[in-house]
Amino acid sequence: MSETPRSPNERLPEALRDHRRAAEAVARGLKARYRAEARFKFYGMTAVALGMVFLAVLFFSIVSKGWSVFRQAYVQLEVFYDPAVLAPDGTRSSEALAQADYAALVKASLRKLFPQVEARADLRQLYGLVSSSAAYDLQRRIADDPARLGTTERVWLLTDDNVDQYYKGRIQRSESEETRPLSDQQLAWADQLRSSGAAQLRFNKQFFTSGDSREPELAGVWGAVAGTFFTLLVTLLLSFPIGVAAATYLEEFAKKNRMTDLIEVNINNLAAVPSIVFGLLGLAVFINVFGLPRSAPLVGGLVLTLMTLPTIIIASRAALKAVPPSIREAALGMGASRIQMVAHHVLPLALPGMLTGTIIGMARALGESAPLLMIGMVAFIVDIPKSLFDPATALPVQVYLWSDIPERAFVERTSGAIIVLLAFLIVMNGLAVLLRNRFERRW
Amino acid sequence: MSNAVAEERTDRAAPAPDTEAGVNVKPSHRQPGALDLTPQSGAATVGTVTVDNPIMSAREVNVYYGDKHAIKNVSLDIGRNQVIAMIGPSGCGKSTFLRCLNRMNDTIESARVTGVITMDGRDIYDRRQDVVQLRARVGMVFQKPNPFPKSIYENVAYGPRIHGLASDRAELDEIVQTSLHRAGLWDEVKDRLSHSGTSLSGGQQQRLCIARTIAVNPEVILMDEPCSALDPIATARIEDLIDELRASYAIGIVTHSMQQAARVSQRTAYFHLGDLIEVGETDRIFTNPRHKLTEDYITGRFG
Repeated sequence: MSETPRSPNERLPEALRDHRRAAEAVARGLKARYRAEARFKFYGMTAVALGMVFLAVLFFSIVSKGWSVFRQAYVQLEVFYDPAVLAPDGTRSSEALAQADYAALVKASLRKLFPQVEARADLRQLYGLVSSSAAYDLQRRIADDPARLGTTERVWLLTDDNVDQYYKGRIQRSESEETRPLSDQQLAWADQLRSSGAAQLRFNKQFFTSGDSREPELAGVWGAVAGTFFTLLVTLLLSFPIGVAAATYLEEFAKKNRMTDLIEVNINNLAAVPSIVFGLLGLAVFINVFGLPRSAPLVGGLVLTLMTLPTIIIASRAALKAVPPSIREAALGMGASRIQMVAHHVLPLALPGMLTGTIIGMARALGESAPLLMIGMVAFIVDIPKSLFDPATALPVQVYLWSDIPERAFVERTSGAIIVLLAFLIVMNGLAVLLRNRFERRW
Repeated sequence: MSNAVAEERTDRAAPAPDTEAGVNVKPSHRQPGALDLTPQSGAATVGTVTVDNPIMSAREVNVYYGDKHAIKNVSLDIGRNQVIAMIGPSGCGKSTFLRCLNRMNDTIESARVTGVITMDGRDIYDRRQDVVQLRARVGMVFQKPNPFPKSIYENVAYGPRIHGLASDRAELDEIVQTSLHRAGLWDEVKDRLSHSGTSLSGGQQQRLCIARTIAVNPEVILMDEPCSALDPIATARIEDLIDELRASYAIGIVTHSMQQAARVSQRTAYFHLGDLIEVGETDRIFTNPRHKLTEDYITGRFG
């Protein structure tokens, strides 16, 4: 080994006195360093595994309770459109037909299937096997095609929600009859219908096409989906431009003084304010002062905009800060004005980060129910909202409303609505990733 | 031998009575006809700072970064169709001075510029002067190549487009092609104009930056150490390019390399700690420097 210069300074630590001792010191410490690295890696992997486990538990509990909502029990009945019932005095006008007693047709079909049932109480139980909506279905069929009058046809009609729950195993025969929603003989009839093939679990179209309803078998998420869509549309259209413009101004054009510092501190604080406060603000200002309609997606969107803006501004500022100054200098050196430099060069490069921030904000807005409850989107909305001003509800609010209802069928609907909410979220995030990748440029 | 050097050192180290900052200000060191500048701080400039019919002239320019006095009372002319090299040790203010000429120091909040810099007789720091217009007439090439992360075509076309120099697409194509030709890059990129400007090599990127600077047809091109991030071959190509360009533009180049200054420029200005120490014909500066500090720098005693 070459002669290493020996340091005359005896106060230096041993390792710095010559090369050989330094090398030895490094070698000694290596084992502990690698052990610490392995430990750290282990902690990281454990954290990830724990997260995955919780995620799996969450998904499993939701899906296991909710997947059955995608099928619904229908019973196929042979219906005779009896003119004697529907048009007793001969008038076949549409008003008269609309007001006829279609429930009687359903009852007649059921009696035909089970001719042995005669006692009034038993008959009432028999009629209870089919949903009350069956009569309206038949009414609609006649309204669509009055020529059906006098004919017989086989129609698939919704069963009562309790029969559906029994088929899905949520109502057990082992429960005692007093607490069970279906009596023993109803269970027997239901079994008979299923084994004969007259009753089947088919795709639950209702869930995806209808709005809320008191009858569980008729309740659907479409109203809530439309409400959420309109609300988020308003939120996106307002919060993205305002947020991006505010961030750009604060980052590129505003002078750095006390005032802008104060603004920055306030924006950071607003991002942490509980969302229900924004709901109170919306109630006080948008509904009381401006007189906007309650429960409307417009007001919901305005409230969620206020909530999302701080998130978007903070993320956008970070994205703008990350654009290298060399690009700005190059643009300015070419004779671009400040606005041209920002619009042509800085914003396109900052766009992926801004989109990410927007999606994070929107995802939070998607799942918020507290502020929407405050502005009145808690009402029982049956009609599908068609504009920004119609009363509406939102998916998370719908979940909250359904979770409170005692009927068993609403348990699977609550979970089903959560699944739809999560699907919405995944689609939104997928879109964000797509947009980000498309706009991402490497410099 | 080392004794001789030591003697030389002690010889010169003895400060003369009217010395400031260890620099000799005796009148005998000034060339007759030089601009007589009364120094507020530091020494007077040796050599001729003026030229006939300059495109830009700076008079008594001071630049402050907060409290730091970065440029001290500098006066200098930029001549037409010639290259002036600004040399000096690190931190001497040559880049700062260069950036004053196209007001790039405006982007730095703490920077304050005093003095008069004129272009064609008009003060560029006047309130009525549009800085966007100035930068279209005075272009800049930076130390680290910084093409826009757009296509090569878009890089060159950006300037003409925002300044409205082309009336239609055909004219724009023409400008792009001409600029790339003059920058010596056309043959290498003509098949891939739509590729990203950042996909080129370092030397090509710098030539692209030069192409986009000349695309707006400026009168002055400022180059801040344009070759310091490049290998010798790329450097040589760019130096050839600078030589060709001086037929059409006035060029000011800041460089760390004295050899480069000697090869490329007609005039050289030596900066030291914010002062302009000496200016003159390049040949004379490098063979017969008049000021002690210039001589020390050139012979490698420091810097």
